[in-house]
Amino acid sequence: MIELKEITKVYGSKQKTTTALSGLNLTVEKGQIFGVIGHSGAGKSTLIRCINLLERPTRGEVWVNGVNLTRLGKRELQQQRRRIGMIFQHFNLLSSATVYDNIAFPLKLAGSDKAKIKAKVEELLVLVGLEAHSAKYPSQLSGGQKQRVGIARALASDPGVLLCDEATSALDPQTTDSILKLLLDINRKLGLTIMLITHEMHVIQSICDRVAVIHQGGIVEEGPVTEVFLKPQHPVTKEFISRDVAGGEPLKQAIELLKPKGIGIYRITFLGTQTYESTLSEVVSETGVHFAILQGTISAIKDVPYGQLTVSFEGKPEAVAQTVAKLQQRELDVEVID
Amino acid sequence: MWGLDFSQLDWNEMTQASYDTLSMMGYSLLFTIVIGLPLGIILYMTARSNSLVFRWTYRVISFVVNILRSIPFVILIISLLPLTKLIVGTTLGVTGTIPPLVIGAAPFFARLVETSLREVDWGVIEAAHAMGASTGQVVRRVLLPESLPGLIAGATITAVTLVSYTAMSGMVGGGGLGDLAIRFGYYRYEKEVMIIAVLFMIVLVQILQMAGDRLVVHFTRK
Ligand SMILES: Nc1ncnc2c1ncn2[C@@H]1O[C@H](COP(=O)(O)OP(=O)(O)OP(=O)(O)O)[C@@H](O)[C@H]1O
Ligand SMILES: [Mg+2]
Repeated sequence: MIELKEITKVYGSKQKTTTALSGLNLTVEKGQIFGVIGHSGAGKSTLIRCINLLERPTRGEVWVNGVNLTRLGKRELQQQRRRIGMIFQHFNLLSSATVYDNIAFPLKLAGSDKAKIKAKVEELLVLVGLEAHSAKYPSQLSGGQKQRVGIARALASDPGVLLCDEATSALDPQTTDSILKLLLDINRKLGLTIMLITHEMHVIQSICDRVAVIHQGGIVEEGPVTEVFLKPQHPVTKEFISRDVAGGEPLKQAIELLKPKGIGIYRITFLGTQTYESTLSEVVSETGVHFAILQGTISAIKDVPYGQLTVSFEGKPEAVAQTVAKLQQRELDVEVID
Repeated sequence: MWGLDFSQLDWNEMTQASYDTLSMMGYSLLFTIVIGLPLGIILYMTARSNSLVFRWTYRVISFVVNILRSIPFVILIISLLPLTKLIVGTTLGVTGTIPPLVIGAAPFFARLVETSLREVDWGVIEAAHAMGASTGQVVRRVLLPESLPGLIAGATITAVTLVSYTAMSGMVGGGGLGDLAIRFGYYRYEKEVMIIAVLFMIVLVQILQMAGDRLVVHFTRK
């Protein structure tokens, strides 16, 4: 579990200071995959680096696995850091060591014996699918393979928490997906708590349980991914999501055309199995209202399917109102667009 | 051939001089590394520190290193004579040349070490810290292995520099090939001895450089 209490981080000294984080609070429950999304310069890297105290917060407390890290001495902090794995955008592998020795590195630091190291490294090589590459050097690997080594290395000391600093940002889309899948796998297999930061909504949507949106050093919105994703509140969140889903310009044109005619426009959100049911067509056939789909998405958040349709309803005002009511009775989320 | 006569050459003396040069170079290289490597690590570590004490440590060491590097080597030998006598008990022979050679070369090597360590990717060092490495572990398990090719290249340059330094220290009573070349070639006009002695030094430098380059290639993983 990770708990950040009133974290403030100010860079620089005297004349030139930058406040990267200001009084930030955050809790990540055990076993969760928690995503933090934000624009460049929002303070994402600073935030994740504050968790293992690579960056020491100016004020506030950092609790990981029930220990207040900000209070610890050097030795104790080193001990605690072994319980926190971290992977990096640029992998940060030892170029002078083989894949095997890179994965063995944290175990060597902890002074484990050779037999124990061998057993652990071999297990991890299988887990990340790099059995065939154990004697290679990082320069002989692809980006995706390097990140797999990074993940195996981070897992070597059996951490309870894994921190991912833009772990897929240097990878192509397919490799990104395979790495995300691996992260999801180890989260399920090992019950590992994962905190990741990214600037891509796609990453959040694929594997996260909860998401926080960071903007100018503070969290502006936080919640289950389905909630934040389908009903974004803050402008920054909306921006991230509309880039990924809602149709932008074409939808705006449709609204401008239909609104003056007094045609109502609604956004209907289907979640889970609702997505596959014919609720909309049943309801309109009951009420006699006609509809046109202006924009639509059907996709999944982690493994929850969802659909979001923006539709116009044409018909008698009472019939339209009845349609909306019936949809809501069937527990669909209906939102008026104006 | 060009009026030179190599038949009169005293090969015994030549062998002895080669042997002396090799031991001066070898021992002083050893001690230069033993002193220069930790010094270079200290320079690297203190330069990056946030602590005021360490930053001052850096300034002081850096200042001393700069001074030692700016004094011409011949002057360094002469001014170090009393110190040499104190350390090894003599200012003559191979033994007498080692302290000035080491004091002359160690600061030079320390700078080369510092530069190689700076080349190490900061991200890798941070990753080690994130995994709970202590400062000592970062030095032993990250900085040194990652900069090994650079360190070997630095040691090679230092070895070559030491070969030319031995020529100068030889003049103050150390012997060796450089001394031989100057004594016979310059003072006695026996060009043959000078040519052979210089030739030997050239060959030695070539061998050192080649061996160093080989090792660098062998240890480079990038
Ligand atoms: N070492 C530092 N010294 C001074 N200012 C810094 C330092 N690191 C970050 N900052 C500043 O703190 C703010 C937050 O930076 P941070 O790296 O956390 O952003 P980020 O969200 O990770 O951005 P990106 O997506 O570009 O990586 C920025 O304004 C940045 O300029
Ligand atoms: Mg960043």
